[in-house]
Amino acid sequence: MEFFRIHKDIPFMRHALKFNVISLITFLLAVAFLFTKGLHLSVEFTGGTLIETHYAQAADLEKIRGALGKAGFSDYAVQNFGSSQDVMIRLPLKADQNSNQIGESVMKSLEAEAPGAELRRVEFVGPQVGKELAENGAMALLLVVIGIVIYLAFRFEWRFSVSAIIANLHDVVIILGFFAFFQWEFSLSVLAAVLAVLGYSVNESVVVFDRVRETFKKVRGLTTPEVLDHAITSTISRTIITHGCTQLMVLSMLIFGGETLHYFAMALTIGICFGIYSSVLVASPLVMWLGVSREQFIVKPKTIEGANEDGAVV
Amino acid sequence: MNRYPLWKYITIAVALLLGFVYTLPNFFGESPAVQVSSAKVTIKVDARAQARVEEALKAAGITHDGIQLDFNGVKTRLKDTDTQLKAKDILEKTFNPNAADPQYVVALNLLAASPQWLTSLHALPMYLGLDLRGGVHFLLQVDMKGALTKKLDSTSADLRTVMRDKNLRHGGVNREGERIVVKFRDSETRDKARFAIGDSQPDLIVTEAGDASEPKLVATLKPEAQKKLGEFALKQNITTLHNRINELGVAEPIIQQQGADRIVVQLPGVQDTAKAKDILGRTATLEIRMVDDSAGALEAAMAGNPPFGSEVYNERGGQPLLVKKQVVLTGDRLTDAQPGFDNQTNEAAVHLTLDSAGARIFKDITRENVGKRMAILLIEKGKGEVVTAPVIRSEIGGGRVQISGRMSTMEANDTALLLRAGSLAAPMDIIEERTIGPSLGAENIQKGFHSTMWGFAAIAVFMILYYQMFGVVSVIALASNLLFLVAILSLLQATLTLPGIAAIALTLGMAIDANVLINERIREELRSGMPPQGAIAEGYERAFATILDSNITTLIAGLALLIFGSGPIRGFAVVHCLGILTSIFSSVFVSRGLVNLIYGNKKKLTKVAIGQLWKPGTTATSGK
Repeated sequence: MEFFRIHKDIPFMRHALKFNVISLITFLLAVAFLFTKGLHLSVEFTGGTLIETHYAQAADLEKIRGALGKAGFSDYAVQNFGSSQDVMIRLPLKADQNSNQIGESVMKSLEAEAPGAELRRVEFVGPQVGKELAENGAMALLLVVIGIVIYLAFRFEWRFSVSAIIANLHDVVIILGFFAFFQWEFSLSVLAAVLAVLGYSVNESVVVFDRVRETFKKVRGLTTPEVLDHAITSTISRTIITHGCTQLMVLSMLIFGGETLHYFAMALTIGICFGIYSSVLVASPLVMWLGVSREQFIVKPKTIEGANEDGAVV
Repeated sequence: MNRYPLWKYITIAVALLLGFVYTLPNFFGESPAVQVSSAKVTIKVDARAQARVEEALKAAGITHDGIQLDFNGVKTRLKDTDTQLKAKDILEKTFNPNAADPQYVVALNLLAASPQWLTSLHALPMYLGLDLRGGVHFLLQVDMKGALTKKLDSTSADLRTVMRDKNLRHGGVNREGERIVVKFRDSETRDKARFAIGDSQPDLIVTEAGDASEPKLVATLKPEAQKKLGEFALKQNITTLHNRINELGVAEPIIQQQGADRIVVQLPGVQDTAKAKDILGRTATLEIRMVDDSAGALEAAMAGNPPFGSEVYNERGGQPLLVKKQVVLTGDRLTDAQPGFDNQTNEAAVHLTLDSAGARIFKDITRENVGKRMAILLIEKGKGEVVTAPVIRSEIGGGRVQISGRMSTMEANDTALLLRAGSLAAPMDIIEERTIGPSLGAENIQKGFHSTMWGFAAIAVFMILYYQMFGVVSVIALASNLLFLVAILSLLQATLTLPGIAAIALTLGMAIDANVLINERIREELRSGMPPQGAIAEGYERAFATILDSNITTLIAGLALLIFGSGPIRGFAVVHCLGILTSIFSSVFVSRGLVNLIYGNKKKLTKVAIGQLWKPGTTATSGK
């Protein structure tokens, strides 16, 4: 079996501008959604209480809401979680409520109005913890970015590292944009997925750049766009197969992983799809525009008096 | 060229064997057990305790699957959960005949059901996190400011004693925020006092303040003393939590310091979270103060203007009581508290034992205040309650104190337990809580397992169809990666969480990249006309640099998560980082070994099974 039967190098670079404009529009849309809609942050970041209960039959959400209202709670959110029998109750932080007892008092109030609830999970996060988690998350992102830039600059050249990180950071923003647009819950595990996928899609750029360097060194007489086209074409089958395999695993998580892993897998899916696009079709044009050329990869031969082109001296 | 020296094959074989052995315990699961451990430092669980367990179970006619003794206590393995509960009841009765004063912790536990020879190799199943086995997780924040004010309060009392001993008259010692202010009538006394305080309290920085008409001394705690105080408070709180959790009967509680002022408590398997929180959350501190019984003072206080230096507290019965602000003794001086009965009246009572410094203070105070009342206050979360306010009948020396009056036996037990469990050096608040029911834990394991299994199967089918023999090799390499990863996690006993399982799946999905790279490279070399042996060697060699590069970028992301991640993220990061390391080994080393075994010996290899090769009619690249 062979999926990719490519006769000639595909002229990706001819469309470089188009790819980047598409990217830019998606990016700007994502930023717009982030600003207008904002992320729906989980209790881990905002602080608050989250209670998951399980009913033997389909749960009556209205009754549960009524019970909570009667018990004096306000600003609560009640929704199904995965199935009609599972219910997730979210309560914001309140200064006047004794947060330590919220789990118990919620269960007590449910007992009266909507009996039969089985407590499955309680998560309470205080305000200072939430703030710290958000700060640590930002720090982790920053560390990843700096680490990758330094590594790539050291391994390749600054042009490569800058374009790889721009391409992949814009992926991160696009993932966040999706979460903002659909108001999916952004939790710690989603953050982990985002960072993991960031490291993963940088691979993509690395693989292409490796080829670019190799082609520059081995093949003479090609223009920079041609070199990039050749590098992308010869790695495209690997790129798609690898991402396909990773996506198979992620798909399996989406199907079998249940609600807890749902958004984790979702973030990975978006990250993988946009990762292919941006790390190949966005990063490569950026490298070109930053002015990469053959001279940067060739160790300058020592100039010897009277040497001819092949470096041989008689 | 595609042959490994023998030692490389042996290395691979040994690694696979070790991986297999340390993965093995995960297949046996766990069997129910009952664990008996010591609830007190003075009591040691030894072979005698083991014999007692054996006897008690024999007498009750319960068969067990083995009893073992280790540093955690005596563990008895049982057939099923019913027998486990029965055995627990019996052992509870045998080891703790007096339920009010438990000497041992008898708790339900799970033991690895793997055979003895595996356990003796330290091959244990992976350590499951709370989200997989159910239980409670608390993060407690220690209020260091509270510890500081408490320390300053007791230092104020010490300063009063110092000045009284030296016959220095002062106009009041008060704590104002984080400093102590001492007023004097004349500056001569102040200078003397300054000298005396400097001598007796080396931890204080004393400065002069006020003018000639109202000379003052301001004392603050030195920064290093504050730091030491914080460390001490944290340590004491951890000890106290240990004692309190022992009352709960949890088999493997985790109580750890996190950061400078936080404590993590994890109680696997605990379902009664209300009780756990109740016991943990009791930030009770004990204070002994004098009662202000001056005529009319209580009425004035109730009307809203209490006399200077006094405040109103309610007694247990509900009546208000005016108590002086000055603390005579705090719970720190208390070494033991036991419930019992008054010798004369046969009323329920609590017997307290004080340390030597406490005993001396107590002797002084009772001598000076015969006939007056003293209040014993229990302060919980900033709210105080007078437990009892007995009349001092005579001087009490020797540090043995009995509190009685208006108490039921039950109350005496409660009070004693609370006091004995130790007072906290500083108040604590629960700032994070996670409770996971056992059914959810089991479900999470199943979900994680299914995701990994089906994802793996899908990848395996695709790889074998697409790359044929090299696909099989890649899948075997991927399987060995999984084997190594699980083995290392089991060996390190790193906590496996649901995000951890997700990381296993994701790592496998990403690890296949290396094999795809290699296989594609080999195909490419074959396409450009290289003989198969050369193509294999070249493919592996060329792909290696790329594999290393791409794994390093992934590893950078993993390490960042490891450094800044907490809780569930940490579990993800640990597995992710380990998985990247094992994947380099298995996808490069193990798969190469296999390929070498299959093709290396064939001298005239003309064809390799790497799937259909399509050769373009015209090569696009020039320069060949």
